[in-house]
Amino acid sequence: MPESGAARLQRVFREADHPLFVPYVMGGYPDIDASRRHAQILAEHADIIELGIPFSDPLADGPTIQAAGQAALDGGTRPMDVLDIAGDLRDGPPVVVMTYFNTVIAQGAAAFLGTAAEKGVAGIIIPDLPVDEADEVREAAGRAGVALIALAAPTTDDARMAEIGASAEGFVYLVAVTGVTGGEMTMDDRLRALVDRARRHIPVPVVVGFGVRTPDQAVQIGELADGVVIASEIIRRIGDAPDAEAADAAVNDFGAGVAEALKPYSG
Amino acid sequence: MSVNMRFGPYGGRYVPETVIGALDELTEAYERYRDDPDFLSELGVLLSHYVGRPTPLYRAQRLERAWGIDDGLWFKREDLCHTGAHKINNALGQVLLARRMGKQRIIAETGAGQHGVATATAAALVGLGCRVYMGRTDMQRQRLNVIRMRMLGAEVHPVDSGSGTLKDATSEAIRDWVTNVDTTHYIIGSAVGPAPYPEIVADLQSIIGIESRAQMLDETGRLPGTVIACVGGGSNAIGIFRGFLDDADVALVGVEAGGEGPAGRHGASLALGRPGVLHGSYSYLLQDPDGQVAEAHSVSAGLDYPGVGPEHSHLHDIGRVSYVNATDEAALSAFLECSRMEGLIPALETSHALAHVRDAAASLRGGGPVLVCLSGRGDKDVDQAGAALGIDASA
Ligand SMILES: Cc1ncc(COP(=O)(O)O)c(C=O)c1O
Repeated sequence: MPESGAARLQRVFREADHPLFVPYVMGGYPDIDASRRHAQILAEHADIIELGIPFSDPLADGPTIQAAGQAALDGGTRPMDVLDIAGDLRDGPPVVVMTYFNTVIAQGAAAFLGTAAEKGVAGIIIPDLPVDEADEVREAAGRAGVALIALAAPTTDDARMAEIGASAEGFVYLVAVTGVTGGEMTMDDRLRALVDRARRHIPVPVVVGFGVRTPDQAVQIGELADGVVIASEIIRRIGDAPDAEAADAAVNDFGAGVAEALKPYSG
Repeated sequence: MSVNMRFGPYGGRYVPETVIGALDELTEAYERYRDDPDFLSELGVLLSHYVGRPTPLYRAQRLERAWGIDDGLWFKREDLCHTGAHKINNALGQVLLARRMGKQRIIAETGAGQHGVATATAAALVGLGCRVYMGRTDMQRQRLNVIRMRMLGAEVHPVDSGSGTLKDATSEAIRDWVTNVDTTHYIIGSAVGPAPYPEIVADLQSIIGIESRAQMLDETGRLPGTVIACVGGGSNAIGIFRGFLDDADVALVGVEAGGEGPAGRHGASLALGRPGVLHGSYSYLLQDPDGQVAEAHSVSAGLDYPGVGPEHSHLHDIGRVSYVNATDEAALSAFLECSRMEGLIPALETSHALAHVRDAAASLRGGGPVLVCLSGRGDKDVDQAGAALGIDASA
């Protein structure tokens, strides 16, 4: 029996001596091959890769990820193409796919999760599937050996944090801002209190994302949480690059910079 | 009384975690106020003195003769509501609720602009700030309503994503809500969205069915044989159907947008879609095999939506309501016939319901009186329908 996704994720957190770096790649953006390359480049620097499957109506995403997802769909990207990228990454850091619920149930959740597991996917993040609607999918994910990663938000009260914590697997994705992806977080007392509250109620590692853009911000998050997701900023850098080679270099530089910043101080 | 979260397997709350707290708060507020005497009396006074309820029941005798509806063709005149459509019934109720919840800001999405106008109106009435999301395509085809909203003090925010229609406007409104949920109440315009919205909207619109059932009994001494309404998200339809759901002998028919016909683009979610999740609820949906939501098409902006309210999905599955569709072309010709024979310019949305009456007249004949929800008036459509029908203002 292969190690379950939840166990693999757990092991990464346990063995790391630094807060985990979780970069996001939108599968199919700017095209399938480029996104595979970007994921492979980031795999050199990352502890976990978050791999997005584009969806037509991404309610939790701001303009940057929306546009990248639309470009991926316009280029003909299908969920299977993105799961194939995950398969190509199976010898690297664990891959967590992120997609919306309708993608998961379109052909049946069990079938989708089974395919994901075959491709070596460790976990799945479904931002429009709150904990109270998730029982069936969590069960199907459990059977497939894929961890269903729950989300918590600034508006999640203590009782609900505990409810999320009680069924959490792998890690919990804590949304740093009240809003969609692509904004900018600020490290203030409110955010400190939020992470603190999440850690008190959630027994698995807490990874913070939404609005993290710079290595400095990643470090600030890393002082409080078990890991940090960076998404829109990477897409922005890819979009700003004049050509594919420059995009690869931008992804590499940024990934290396964040990874370096998160490494433990050894001097 | 607790609020319905599911209709059979349909409905639910498939939304980002960020707004779950607000949905809980809305659910609690609605449970508390739906039977609260102060709330009901404030709403009741506004519905009668401001909206003009009860709206009349009118017998459309010339169309009845032309189309051969022997047992009588009756219109429930929601077009006579203040602002010109049924949408105000919902917008007013929700604005009063928002004020009781202490929200300072109102947002809405709109397709045809009728819900946007109704929400802008209700927000102006109680002095709350209002922003309306509207697809760029819809801003062009319903430009008169854009001007009305702006005159009423609302900010109309264009949405360029997707096809620039109702689906895209709804997604953008939800994103605003996710970001400003502490201060903002989102007034969804149809019986769609995450629970408790479909139930709240249906409840606020059920006054259409309650009134018209009593009016039919008064006027004709009997219940209608068939009740017909157009279905975009399904708020006017569920509003009138709720008056008759328990009357097993009353046939209920929902008319979706047939667009260019089954081979082309359309908005017939129930006839041609399959269940999926869009905008927070599980319901019939136009989508591709991967679950990507398809772009709908209808000549009428208010029916140009790939989803449908979850209660309709349930009523479809259990066979209580039959869902049919009418093409753009059929709706446009019914629009003109109703204008010319009754002196009533109906909304293009409503014209779909009328087209079905005409085109199914043979099977309606002898089945008892036919009651149509005349959901709105067509002033907003004169540019677009005029262009399609070759009618303009040139000398
Ligand atoms: C007059 C009119 N009728 C019907 C509709 C369709 O909405 P619903 O299905 O929610 O009644 C609209 C929507 O804009 C409308 O303006």
